Amino acid sequence: MKRLESLEELTALARRLASRTRSGTTLRVCATGCRALGALDVCVALEAEIARRGLAQRARVVQVGCHGLCAGAVTMVIDPQGIFYMGVTPDDAAEIVEKTVAGGRIIKRLCWSRDGRTFAHQQDIPFYKNQMRRVLKNCGVVDPKSLEDALAHGAYAAAAAVLGSRRPEEVIAEVERSGLRGRGGAGFPTGRKWQLARQAQGDPKYIICNADEGDPGSFKDRVLLEGDPHLVIEGMIIGAYAVGAAEAFNYIRAEYPLAIEFFKAAVCQAREAGLLGKNILGTGFDFDIVVVQGAGAYVCGEETSLLTSIEGQRAMPRVRPPFPVARGLYGKPTTVNNVETWANVPRVIELGAEAFASVGTTGSKGTKIFSLAGAVRNAGVAELPIGATLRQIVFDIGGGIPRGRKFKAAQIGGPCGGCVPAQYLDLPVDYDSLKAIGAMMGCGGIIVLDEGTCMVDLARNLSQFARDESCGKCVPCRVGNTRIFQILTRMVRGEGHTEELRQVQDLCELINLTSLCGMAPNPVLSTIRFFAEEYEAHVARHRCPANVCQGMAGGARGRKALSRPGGARPSSLPGGKGV
Amino acid sequence: MKESVRAAADPSDAEVASLLDRLAVSPDSNLISLLQDVQEKFGYLPAPALHQISRRTRIPLSRIYGVLSFYAQFYTVPHGRHTIRCCRGTACHVKGAVRVLDAVERELGIHEGETTPDLMFYLETVACLGTCFLAPAMMIDNLYFGRLTPRRVQSIIQSHRKCEP
Repeated sequence: MKRLESLEELTALARRLASRTRSGTTLRVCATGCRALGALDVCVALEAEIARRGLAQRARVVQVGCHGLCAGAVTMVIDPQGIFYMGVTPDDAAEIVEKTVAGGRIIKRLCWSRDGRTFAHQQDIPFYKNQMRRVLKNCGVVDPKSLEDALAHGAYAAAAAVLGSRRPEEVIAEVERSGLRGRGGAGFPTGRKWQLARQAQGDPKYIICNADEGDPGSFKDRVLLEGDPHLVIEGMIIGAYAVGAAEAFNYIRAEYPLAIEFFKAAVCQAREAGLLGKNILGTGFDFDIVVVQGAGAYVCGEETSLLTSIEGQRAMPRVRPPFPVARGLYGKPTTVNNVETWANVPRVIELGAEAFASVGTTGSKGTKIFSLAGAVRNAGVAELPIGATLRQIVFDIGGGIPRGRKFKAAQIGGPCGGCVPAQYLDLPVDYDSLKAIGAMMGCGGIIVLDEGTCMVDLARNLSQFARDESCGKCVPCRVGNTRIFQILTRMVRGEGHTEELRQVQDLCELINLTSLCGMAPNPVLSTIRFFAEEYEAHVARHRCPANVCQGMAGGARGRKALSRPGGARPSSLPGGKGV
Repeated sequence: MKESVRAAADPSDAEVASLLDRLAVSPDSNLISLLQDVQEKFGYLPAPALHQISRRTRIPLSRIYGVLSFYAQFYTVPHGRHTIRCCRGTACHVKGAVRVLDAVERELGIHEGETTPDLMFYLETVACLGTCFLAPAMMIDNLYFGRLTPRRVQSIIQSHRKCEP
């Protein structure tokens, strides 16, 4: 693409691209998340069929990011009608092209249906109808590998407006008024963070995109990076202008190869078009982004560890204060925000602070993207106004629990969050409300658990995670998480003691109080609090009520563990390092 | 470091030197991205490479080892040509990740953290692949596989074996 030299050139190009009428049909196939279930083969089959029927002038296949309803993979949307098909395989290509593309007819068996109701159009499906897709607006719509497509859908308009006519202080004030809080989990007000970074002494200043989405159960950052990378870049441009930074790093975890590929490609395109680099759009503003690939350490999601990792060291948290906004990367003022936070920034500018803050709760404004997984029908990502209840998320959006089972709990907020049992389904989910019951919204990862889940076994899985991922700097975490894991391992084997439950609780509280990053297995505490009778059954009666823990009365699901040198590992437990 | 005695499979000093020349390694290099580049080339971090990196970056070998042993994705011994990563995240766990791991181990005849004798597959578990909607899930190199059952695991691995002579 030709380098854009001015704001006017960007506006003109965007208008031209948007008005370029796409007559005919666009088949938008999710080629990111659905890739694991054969999306690329579906694309190839559709293209071949379109060519075979000589419809290339009338229909085109676009590989887009995630549509959100991942449970229906492979999913596709046929525009302009907005027909939503799911469970598509390459074998369906001929029928789709013949009936829907050429004939304009709906194929019922590929449509979403439940309880005898079938919906052909995306906006009618309850999963979509109950959402407010602001940040995800273009995810599943634009081709993430095409800057032109992004521009046609309005990308970089907010950044251009900011660079063209607003002072940095005005931008910060707007973000502050919008009430936007960090979407990574901690919920620090973004505007205030930027204000502190702007005022901090030091040169250069850096900004960081935290894309080390390590919380099990969370995948919304991956969806954003893979589905709409230019939105994240645009947010970072606005942020850099506001705080006065010229260089940024996007730290993406190594487990996301596609996100790394797509984001890098987007940065290159933006640079070529003059949206990154020197003298952006002729405004005299210089800014560029470097992509850093993680190397596999959960603790890097904590901001100070992430900074030490970018510096090429062992990723161990530092004592705060000084906070990164004062002394961060290489000792310079550094603004660290989560992917979703950056993606919200262009929306704050587009909508204006007041409209942005028109949804949400008193203390938490705007929308939040939730990752839904586990025992829920519509697993995927969904965006709702903050303050929606867990019941709305799990049942209205998520479609409830499959196989006629009952909701038992939701593991929310990642391995440092908590488990919310059924009696709290009607609590609004925001930054503050869940704290009272020992949970948190966190990054917005929700794993739904049904009656088939053993809470003690789940707690053990989470404590294993905490043990494995402890960076080892703080003794209470390094030693305490190992001890918690050992105790819970004994419990799932039916060898636990009642007094050890108190020890687990004490250790969790100690780790919370004394570790630098606070990586305590808090969900373990909520399982003890809300599911005491299950622990009781394991410890006192050597029974597993959910029939999960092997070698216990009422247990044994017939899984065969491999015999290992050095003794059989505890069953029902994924590969531990031994106790 | 126990790998200081050169293994038969290690690249020669000349091979290492030519790679490090190409990467323009200097005291200004970022250690982690450098290690990633070297591992990308050799499939692991051979001892001769670490020695040369230490000399060129003037970072003590002990510190380099400290960094590479901190991160899960660095290896100092050769691994299989393909890496299978089984997810043991919470969502996969409650959907039967254990059975998937068992099936992979049975199919390959190795345990987590081991390489098949033909050096084709290395098996590890990871904390979360971030594809929870595919649970239970695994990756082979950069490809995701989801909604796994022990039978599907078997056929995926067998078709991978066939792809490579």
